[in-house]
Amino acid sequence: MTGKLKRRDFFRIGAAAGGGLLISLYLPEVTNAKVSDKLKFVGPQTFAPNAFVRIGTDDSVTVIVNKSEMGQGVYTSLPMLLAEELEADWSKIKVESAPVDAAYNHTSFGIQMTGGSTSTASEWERFRKAGATARVMLIAAAAQNWQVEPQSCRAENGYVMHSASGRRASFGSLADAAAKIEPPKDVTLKEPSAFKLIGKPTRRLDTPAKVNGTAQFGLDVKIPGMLTAVIARPPVFGGKVATLNSEAARAVPGVRSVMQVPSGIAVIADGFWPAKLGRDKLEIKWDDGPNANLSTAGMREQYAKLAQNPGAIARKVGDPAKALAGATRTITAEYEVPYLAHAMMEPLNCVVDLQSDHCEIWTGTQFQTVDRMAAAAVAGLKAEQVQIHTMLLGGGFGRRANPASDFIVEAVQVAKVAKAPVKVVWTREDDISGGWYRPMWYDRMVAGIDVLGSPIAWTHTIVGQSIMEGTPFAAFGIRNGIDGTSVEGAADLLYGIPNLQVDLHTPKIGVPVMWWRSVGHSHNGFAVEAFFDEVAHAGGKDPVELRRTLLANQPRMRGVLDLVAQKANWGKPLAAGRGRGIATHFSFDSYVAQVAEVSVDKSGAVRVHRVVCTVDCGRVVNPDSVKAQMEGGIVFGLTAALKDEITLDRGRVQQRNFNDYPMLRMNEAPEIEVHIVPSTENPTGVGEPGVPPVAPAVANAIFAATGKRVRKLPIGLVAMG
Amino acid sequence: MITLKVNGKTVSVDVDPNTPLLWVLRETLSLTGTKYGCGVAQCGACTVHLNGEAIRSCIKRVADAAGKEITTIEGLSTDLSHPLQKAWIEIDVPQCGYCQSGQIMSAAVLLARNSKPTDANIDDAMTGNICRCGTYPRIRQAIHRAAEMKRDGGTTK
Repeated sequence: MTGKLKRRDFFRIGAAAGGGLLISLYLPEVTNAKVSDKLKFVGPQTFAPNAFVRIGTDDSVTVIVNKSEMGQGVYTSLPMLLAEELEADWSKIKVESAPVDAAYNHTSFGIQMTGGSTSTASEWERFRKAGATARVMLIAAAAQNWQVEPQSCRAENGYVMHSASGRRASFGSLADAAAKIEPPKDVTLKEPSAFKLIGKPTRRLDTPAKVNGTAQFGLDVKIPGMLTAVIARPPVFGGKVATLNSEAARAVPGVRSVMQVPSGIAVIADGFWPAKLGRDKLEIKWDDGPNANLSTAGMREQYAKLAQNPGAIARKVGDPAKALAGATRTITAEYEVPYLAHAMMEPLNCVVDLQSDHCEIWTGTQFQTVDRMAAAAVAGLKAEQVQIHTMLLGGGFGRRANPASDFIVEAVQVAKVAKAPVKVVWTREDDISGGWYRPMWYDRMVAGIDVLGSPIAWTHTIVGQSIMEGTPFAAFGIRNGIDGTSVEGAADLLYGIPNLQVDLHTPKIGVPVMWWRSVGHSHNGFAVEAFFDEVAHAGGKDPVELRRTLLANQPRMRGVLDLVAQKANWGKPLAAGRGRGIATHFSFDSYVAQVAEVSVDKSGAVRVHRVVCTVDCGRVVNPDSVKAQMEGGIVFGLTAALKDEITLDRGRVQQRNFNDYPMLRMNEAPEIEVHIVPSTENPTGVGEPGVPPVAPAVANAIFAATGKRVRKLPIGLVAMG
Repeated sequence: MITLKVNGKTVSVDVDPNTPLLWVLRETLSLTGTKYGCGVAQCGACTVHLNGEAIRSCIKRVADAAGKEITTIEGLSTDLSHPLQKAWIEIDVPQCGYCQSGQIMSAAVLLARNSKPTDANIDDAMTGNICRCGTYPRIRQAIHRAAEMKRDGGTTK
């Protein structure tokens, strides 16, 4: 019985081409990666032809998913890919999260991770090949038993059949024999016309466990002897403990110890409540350090000043200065967006069982390879001695792919001093005020239009912190002074404007920042698409018509644009007081268009009634998941558009919980309609592309309804004066 | 010792009477389906039923729940047979799923009292429950569907 994974190197496909970040070049663990024998999928009664599937003699088919399930549906869509080629009985599919191993690395990025809306693109071929390989071996085993040619057999719904003789055998009954078959060197994948599962709306496999309380998130993990820690972190980023009096904290019943760790003071207790009570009683004087005077107002002033001059050139086409000088009219506008917290519903947490020769971690993470290396370094272990159990993630949105593995490293540090297995829990206040935000951005836009009202020049100066700087990814993420994530969605403008310049200022500010669902597109989508509306109106053009003209060479974007205009009744009369706004955006290789329908009351309060969304994301695996991600992206983007900002005063974050960092709620959620444009291209991103267009669509709709331009998020109340 | 009636069973717990019910359910009784989201009754992830009322267990002292009927998501049904669970599965409401126990527990009280809730009734009952994944349109649809199933005697489409 071959439970080992020794053949999977042969089976791994090469990295997908085209813009993949070759992180493997910079992460030593990966370059030296060997398949570890530790990863035996145990159970002598099991056929495990590769790292992704295991077939039990009980006919169970377990798909090992290397992507983290954070709501986007990978625990269903990736098994669909595998089951399609395996010809499995869908009702027998079980899902397990993958351990950390190079076998599970992202096919483009070279590390095990979930992010960048790339899960389907990364696994589209590999998971189908994993299924096809297993199918070929099962058929070979059956053919051998029956002494017939494999070509005369086929697999269907969990069985191998031999039509000529009417014989059939279940996958489970063939598991033992299939395990002895040499894996095929290559497999032929189905023609899409033969797909039975792919492309069909399929109910998620994880839903039953999420409606009866049995789904296990990181925060639900309990291991024997486990203590719980809550950490007091400095109120100013980069601050340090000056003095500590922990007497009152130690006196709280249930508190076991109070220990200093690099990130602050850990109160370690029998459970969350005593740990939290203990933390409340700590008397700490902090040395605030160099960021003590940071304020949003000061930063805004600095950013606005920087924006008046061009920064490092990210893209230049034609001669924008000359074209602007010769334009019939120029339009200038400045846009700004604040720092934002990810605010996943499940606050960060991490369980660590640290022993002298190994370390086990249970957590919801998007960044297994990076986290394992970081944990090993802190624990003084080799990476192979650290195992991470990826639990369900109660939301991710990028926060759980931390380049510094902040919440993992801290938990290992606490485990070192706790001398017991420990669960570190972040409170909501810790989460909102804890940094690692979407950066604050300031965008200055200038356009020139010709005598016919068409834009002939477009310049965009971007000001904001770099996400990549200071991370292991800086070496390739920053080129010629340009962090690609700062200018994405701006430098790759799809509109055919003959003179273009996009440039960037990257101030260094002591606020930790990182990727937040849709990353740079989250601000560039707003600035570009809201400004486009201004340009269209300045030239007397209909925003849809002007897009159609300038997207003449972008048939896929034209496709989503035309469909959204049709579905949203663009140009048709609306109820009094309502306005429609449109935005389109290309991100994560997908094309999205949205039309928002809004009204604004006398006080300036905005109500978004309806959002119509069209998306072209290549071939679709599970259409219902694509729709769900668009719906979710729209609500996520609306929360940012209407409500949220993280601000600082005297270095201190001023928001703490959902009362001052509010979320869109049921009574504010619009009706959402999603239409998928069919495509035969390879699958592209879905988790993030729904976010960027919604803020500009709403801003443009507010203009249509009121004549007022919104250039700053969150919108809050529109100034109606 | 505090005596609690949870999901029809009587249990005694030896905890500080000021401890929020949430942490007793999760850590003492290992009923982890009830979630921590904010600790200040802002998000609804910790919603359970206390004598049939939807309450935020993160701000309810355990001592104040003594002797009352507590129902958690684990006690809603033992076999996914509650119309809300069926509707949630049929419409595939959850994404990350973390808030859904609380959503369902809030919706269950609505449905127990109102066999045909309007959109406005749903807004009233559900606005205290945050979903960061943005499943609101599906929650709304699923509540209507569950109400329909309940009226039809629990048949699934």
